Amino acid sequence: MRANPEDLLALRGLAKSFGRRSLLRDIDLEVRAGEYLAVMGESGVGKSTLLNLIAGLDQPDAGSVVFEGRELTRLDDDELTLLRRRRMGFVFQAFHVLPYLTVAENVALPLLLNGMPRQETDGRVAELLAAVGLGDRAHSRTAELSGGESQRVAIARALAHRPRLLLADEPTGNLDADSGRQVLELLRRCTKDQAASVVMVTHSPEAAAFADRVVRLTAHGLTAA
Amino acid sequence: MALPFLSREFLHILGTGQGGRGLLSVAAIALGVALGYAIHLIHAVAVYEMEQAARSLTGEADLVVQSLQGGMDESWYPVVARRPEVAVASPVLELEAKVPGRTEKLKLLGMDVFRADALQPAFFLGGTGDALDRLRPDRIFLNPASAAWLDAREGGEVILQSGLSLVKLRVAGTVNIPGPPVAAMDIAGAQAQFGQLGRITRIDLRLVPGIAAQRAAQSLQSVLPEGIRVEVPEARAAQAAGFSRAYRVNLNVLALVALFAGGLLVFSSQALAVVRRRSQWALLRALGVRRNELAWLLVMQAAAVGALGGVLGVMLGYWLAQAALDLFGPDLGAAFFRGIAPQLAVAPGAAVFFALLGAAAAALGSLSPALEAARAAPARALHAGDDERAFARFGSPRAGAALIVLGGVAAWLPPVAGLPVFGYIAVALLLIGAIVLLPWLSRAVFALLPMPGAPLAGLSFAQLRAAPSRASLSLAPLVASIAVAAAMAVMVSSFRYSLEAWLDRVLPADLYVRAGGGGDTAYFTTDAERLLRGMAGVERVEFARSVAVSLSPGRPPVMLLARQLDPAAPGARLPLIGESLRPGAGQLPLWVSEVAADLYGWGVGGTIRLPIGGRMVEGVVAGIWRDYARSQGAIVMEREAYRNLSGDERANEAALWLRPGTDPGAVARALAAAFPAGALETALPGELRRISLAVFDRTFAATYVLEGAAIAVGLAGLSASFAAQVAARRREFGMLRHLGVTRRQIGFMLACQGALLALVALIVGLVLGSVISLILIYVINRQSFHWSMDPAVPWAALAAFALATVVLAAATAWVSGRQAMRREAVLAVKEDW
Ligand SMILES: Nc1ncnc2c1ncn2[C@@H]1O[C@H](COP(=O)(O)OP(=O)(O)OP(=O)(O)O)[C@@H](O)[C@H]1O
Ligand SMILES: [Mg+2]
Repeated sequence: MRANPEDLLALRGLAKSFGRRSLLRDIDLEVRAGEYLAVMGESGVGKSTLLNLIAGLDQPDAGSVVFEGRELTRLDDDELTLLRRRRMGFVFQAFHVLPYLTVAENVALPLLLNGMPRQETDGRVAELLAAVGLGDRAHSRTAELSGGESQRVAIARALAHRPRLLLADEPTGNLDADSGRQVLELLRRCTKDQAASVVMVTHSPEAAAFADRVVRLTAHGLTAA
Repeated sequence: MALPFLSREFLHILGTGQGGRGLLSVAAIALGVALGYAIHLIHAVAVYEMEQAARSLTGEADLVVQSLQGGMDESWYPVVARRPEVAVASPVLELEAKVPGRTEKLKLLGMDVFRADALQPAFFLGGTGDALDRLRPDRIFLNPASAAWLDAREGGEVILQSGLSLVKLRVAGTVNIPGPPVAAMDIAGAQAQFGQLGRITRIDLRLVPGIAAQRAAQSLQSVLPEGIRVEVPEARAAQAAGFSRAYRVNLNVLALVALFAGGLLVFSSQALAVVRRRSQWALLRALGVRRNELAWLLVMQAAAVGALGGVLGVMLGYWLAQAALDLFGPDLGAAFFRGIAPQLAVAPGAAVFFALLGAAAAALGSLSPALEAARAAPARALHAGDDERAFARFGSPRAGAALIVLGGVAAWLPPVAGLPVFGYIAVALLLIGAIVLLPWLSRAVFALLPMPGAPLAGLSFAQLRAAPSRASLSLAPLVASIAVAAAMAVMVSSFRYSLEAWLDRVLPADLYVRAGGGGDTAYFTTDAERLLRGMAGVERVEFARSVAVSLSPGRPPVMLLARQLDPAAPGARLPLIGESLRPGAGQLPLWVSEVAADLYGWGVGGTIRLPIGGRMVEGVVAGIWRDYARSQGAIVMEREAYRNLSGDERANEAALWLRPGTDPGAVARALAAAFPAGALETALPGELRRISLAVFDRTFAATYVLEGAAIAVGLAGLSASFAAQVAARRREFGMLRHLGVTRRQIGFMLACQGALLALVALIVGLVLGSVISLILIYVINRQSFHWSMDPAVPWAALAAFALATVVLAAATAWVSGRQAMRREAVLAVKEDW
């Protein structure tokens, strides 16, 4: 099968096992530019493992991961790291905002890593914070934020450098229903604004409803839901 | 319920799953205990040897009748021997004999064989020769140490110097005296061979049974003149032990540093270990473990770790002590014990004590974190991110400031029993105070340092600045070791600088000639003096006589130096310090060395009574001079006055001024040709200067090793806490890797943090170190050696040291944090909280 030039990401015959336990087998998946994809599945079935493979954080046993036309399995650690730095963004279940930086500093981090001079980051940070509804909290300590607010900071951070692909693992897993919904709406709106693709792992059908397309991971492979 | 749990917990902290950090605290304790125990063992050997030596020299005498200066006439012997209290009296002529070509003297005892045997049976062990060998004037008996030192065995020959001529003696057997090198021969032979006819230095006494030594001493003293004193042998043993004080003080400092650094390492690793598992303790509390139970559990865990470290440390310490003895001898290179192969004596009590010390240090180190963990509200401690609050409780600005003030006060207190006890206490208080202040200090330093512009460096900085208390805990061992190392470096450099300046002052002549400096058997006669003055190229010669003078029963003798000098301008020859005095007519001016002034409490204008030529003579202190050569003190008087008082015409040393254009080397060669080989030692001032500085450098070489060891211990502490910190922040580093921070950049961040911490440690440690160096110079050193010195800071060495510390700390941090760079670390983000 030939890669479709419209696909941002294409997985072909991907397989991964830990020891004797074979987790993922013969996985094929394409994600188009700007597409919002939800991956559902039972606990322990390998959803997080799949995200790690897509991000180049782990190596598959077989198969290929093609991102923007580049074969990730052939890149070394530094090249993968630079790719993540420039082209990908992450949102975690546990937020992972740095407690010793302010809200604005957290959001500016990917910009600084990408070499943007400090003075020039202010405008972009303000724009992002306004977009996630935290325009007035720029100089707050992140320890003072609620769970929902922390996740909104994390979304702003994930999108700061205009990544092509945003990977989210259970982004609402630690949130109550209301804040979860707000975060999901935000995630969808912001990624659509930037025309970024999303691969979001989730347990919850409500969350999956925000996606353009939903796939289900089972022990036998990936099926359209 | 605690016990089974305790044992499982114990295994847990010992390693498995803890990255071996439990093992690290075991190692830290083991190291501290090992150093302390090794020093204790070496010290015990040294003191034992000293006391043995002193005791065996006087045999089993009950009392000793001792001349205070230059011996006594042997006619005092029958006076003493006939006293009704005395059962046996044995006359002794004790000489420090010059061995040609050697700097150390050989202690030579001239003894009456029969009386010595009556006092101490099996004293002389004859060799293969007949019994009359003991009475022959050309026979000598060596103890094992002197046989080894002189490399002479029975039947061989020993050459000693008498005046400027040489005396050959045949080795006829051994003398039963343990300890340092000593030789014995017949007293009449010794008197004849070494120009001491009719003189003895002491009489050893055995009293009639039932008579108290003190009473007998009083009644004997009443029939003897002032220049002869009756002493109990214990006082002599104490005097010998006092002789070793200089290096004992050095060893004490080493032991103190070792134990302190070990203790700090234990504290910081315990505190980190307890805080790291804070949420586990909180869980136990939530499940119903009571406060005291939890604190007890934690302290006992630490004590168990400490006991293990203590046992290992005692074993390691024994091995270290043995190695040090084999390498340097019990005085660590000071050559008091040449020729002896001492045995370590292991007292079980001391071994157990040191092992327990390890347990106690660990228990104490964990006490404060354990109490904190027990006191913490479980709900809050269950949450991650509460660590900094826990760490913040270990520091207290008020307590730290109080300790520092107390330390400052202690530095001004006088010595206790001649030891700078309060000086040590001051150093300890300052160190502890600074460490208690450290969280506050590091916050202040972090606030002063500018935030780096580069994002990663900035991030590293922000990470440290957000948790100053945690950072300061990692810093504590490093700050302490930097302070100690810097203080020692400044002290040694001040000492060396002052010694150089002093050498320049005391060596004004062109050539120096010595006939067995300070010994009793080698000297210039008046004929030799005349010959020297008449040498071609010699413009002027100044002679000096040095004799030992005993001033106080508990102290080793002071050197009396009789030399040519102008009483109106003594500063031309002596490096005077402070004011001096022009003595009035009819007064005998004396210039005392700083050491003597300190030891005997003399001040300018005071009077001193000295035994000279068998009489007590009164003189006035006209000035105090700096003397680094004689650690027991020295008194200078005019040679003319000495000659008149004592009738002693001899001299030991000569300083030669040459005519312009004369080659000192040629004069030295001419001198050597004019006297028997090896009888004279000639030296150019430059040579003497170089040799003195070389001896100094060798003596202090051990302190450089120690400075290195201190920094290694400090870095070990840094490494331990870094590993802990990185483990605790795995997820954070994992998140950064997701954001596209490369592995190398993580390494860079860690190195930055290591360097930054080292910078803070250096700022605090160097300030603290310079204060401690002042205490070392003005209090500890002054009170134990009585040598003053002018502070001199070795800027270049300190700068190199600082740079090396920063680089090493960066490397240490990088290595200790490697786990943050591993692939798995990236995935740590997904771990549940
Ligand atoms: N590095 C690893 N080494 C060994 N086993 C692993 C590793 N990573 C994951 N696994 C195992 O693979 C399985 C799938 O893990 P994964 O985290 O992908 O599941 P998941 O679908 O994300 O589950 P959940 O919904 O609970 O998050 C689990 O059983 C896990 O124990
Ligand atoms: Mg998962």
